[in-house]
Amino acid sequence: MEPFSTVDAKAMPLDMTNVDTDQLVPARYLWRPRQDGYAEILFHDLRSEPGFPLDAPAHKGAAIMVADRNFGCGSSREHAAWALVDSGFRVVIAPSFGDIFYSNSFKNGLLPIVLPEARCAELRAALARNPGAHLVVDLPAQTVTGPVGVNDGFSVDSFAVDPLRKELLIAGQDETGLTLSLADTIKGFVAGYAEAMPWV
Amino acid sequence: MSAPQSLFDKIWARHAVVTRPDGAVLLLVGRHLLHDGSGAAFRFLAERKLPLHDRRHTFGTPDHYVSTAGNDLASISEAFRRDLVAGMAENARKHGFTHFGLGDPRQGIIHVIGPEQGITLPGITMVCGDSHTSSHGALGALAFGIGASEVAHVLATQTLWQSRKPQSMRISVEGKLGAGVTPKDAILAIIARIGTAGGTGKVIEYAGPVFRDMSIEGRLSVCNMSIEAGARAGMVAPDETTFAYLKGRPYAPQGAMWDRAVAFWRTLPSDPGAAFDAEVTLDGSAIEPMATWGTSPEHATAVTGAVPDPAAAPTAERREALAAALHYMGLSPGMRIDEIPINRVFIGSCTNSRIEDLRAAAAVLKGRKAKVQAWAVPGSGLVKRQAEREGLDQVFKDAGFEWREPGCSMCAGVNGDLVDPGVHCASTSNRNFVGRQGPGARTHLMSPTMAAAAAVTGHITDVRRLMAGEA
Repeated sequence: MEPFSTVDAKAMPLDMTNVDTDQLVPARYLWRPRQDGYAEILFHDLRSEPGFPLDAPAHKGAAIMVADRNFGCGSSREHAAWALVDSGFRVVIAPSFGDIFYSNSFKNGLLPIVLPEARCAELRAALARNPGAHLVVDLPAQTVTGPVGVNDGFSVDSFAVDPLRKELLIAGQDETGLTLSLADTIKGFVAGYAEAMPWV
Repeated sequence: MSAPQSLFDKIWARHAVVTRPDGAVLLLVGRHLLHDGSGAAFRFLAERKLPLHDRRHTFGTPDHYVSTAGNDLASISEAFRRDLVAGMAENARKHGFTHFGLGDPRQGIIHVIGPEQGITLPGITMVCGDSHTSSHGALGALAFGIGASEVAHVLATQTLWQSRKPQSMRISVEGKLGAGVTPKDAILAIIARIGTAGGTGKVIEYAGPVFRDMSIEGRLSVCNMSIEAGARAGMVAPDETTFAYLKGRPYAPQGAMWDRAVAFWRTLPSDPGAAFDAEVTLDGSAIEPMATWGTSPEHATAVTGAVPDPAAAPTAERREALAAALHYMGLSPGMRIDEIPINRVFIGSCTNSRIEDLRAAAAVLKGRKAKVQAWAVPGSGLVKRQAEREGLDQVFKDAGFEWREPGCSMCAGVNGDLVDPGVHCASTSNRNFVGRQGPGARTHLMSPTMAAAAAVTGHITDVRRLMAGEA
């Protein structure tokens, strides 16, 4: 997993509430091996619709998406995060996320950021007026800055992120190493658990 | 004296191996469930050269990719699907976890066979790489869906990191459900009320007389769709109904151990005065048979209602979203719900494929004929056998239904069981997302009895009126 620090990149607005994981990756592609890549599967059934922003030339190379409420709701398929990462996205900003998608994102080096609904709307509007404008996401400082260079809707917004997730994302590691280092603690806990609930 | 605890608090505390100062918690996993879409996690495990940590608490079955035309590998016509199902059996052999494979009568949808086998137990944590793992909360477990990376982590360690303890929400449904109103109607009414993000980040406890009176099958349907309200998990406190359901199941405790377990399970219900971060109360007697008209589970309304008019929505954004949903569904504003045509019917899925669901649908179908192509897909081989012993298969067949083999089938369509573009499908599944049952497919979620009624009339129908001879 690529270590994460600061991303200064084009940001793409996506004006859709409740984007579910079936939109991000339709179920009929779930069997596809991970190593085959999911870039062309992202929003497969939507991306050719007129006005859909993903393939607009101005958004080529975008690594940040500014979305709307309840982004990534629905199934547990991690493919949704894979498709975003394989398409070059490192950050999704939205007022709220589906829980499992939110968690899956961190495991794949994709940072989901919650900003207030009004600020997300403002950012999407400013990015629509200035296609291809950049945002700067600084994970160590926990800030989103921009849009930069366009004098439209500029602000510096702080965001919250769970400390353990932040630590692992910056290190480019998943949790397995940490957990394996706790093997003795786990073993002791399991012994007590088995004694209290032997039927499990 | 300690503060009053909720069912969720009690399970959480008993499984928290490590709680870091920043709030992150390492949770012990009581049961890990696998299905035929879990292959990626085994590849992650192999890449890290790690063994399966705890095969005794790991159970699996193929369900997503199996054929519902025949219960064997040869019936799966495409190589990639055969490879996934065969790959799972191979992983089971290699790693030694319990596997209910094709041809085994215990094979079926993982969320049906967990409770059926007594693998699902009160007071434990359960995870599976599938969002509908919330189903198992019906027996008083803390059960939730996880992604492939987390599945790999659980395979390697039998634990899972949670960055903090989720919030809690209690949904009480007071009174009694009316005649002809089912658990599926109750959960659709709840989702219509709180919205698809109403439970985001939360663990729901379903409480109150409606759930106390409900069978385990009904509670499973309700907890199953917790994720459709955005919640991490849904649960119902274990009670005599739970114990009666579990007693004698193959993987449930037996003999003296059973008595010990039940004594412990009786301590699990939320203490009086336990705190919840959110509370919602509904009047059960006001719930009517429900159906969805749109492309989100919150687009649900009573069968006596009408398709909403986007022009009446409060914001431009909502007007656009509703208009897009109606355009996709081919419906006009103000149209009566019971005038929506139905061209296809699917009774099945982890939401509604248990014996009680099949009995209820068969009671509506007895002596009637389906006007449209209709399928009944039992949730497991054992459900199928039980239904056949009761003669339900014959009722379905006499009504013109196809009686299929167990699997997830047309809920997500990943096995190739798809609804054609533009076709309105009355479905007992859990998601009516755009393209969920196939590109262009138009899904209407409803209960098994409502789906049976729609099959008979060819349009969404109030099953209460059909049974009263009025429709």
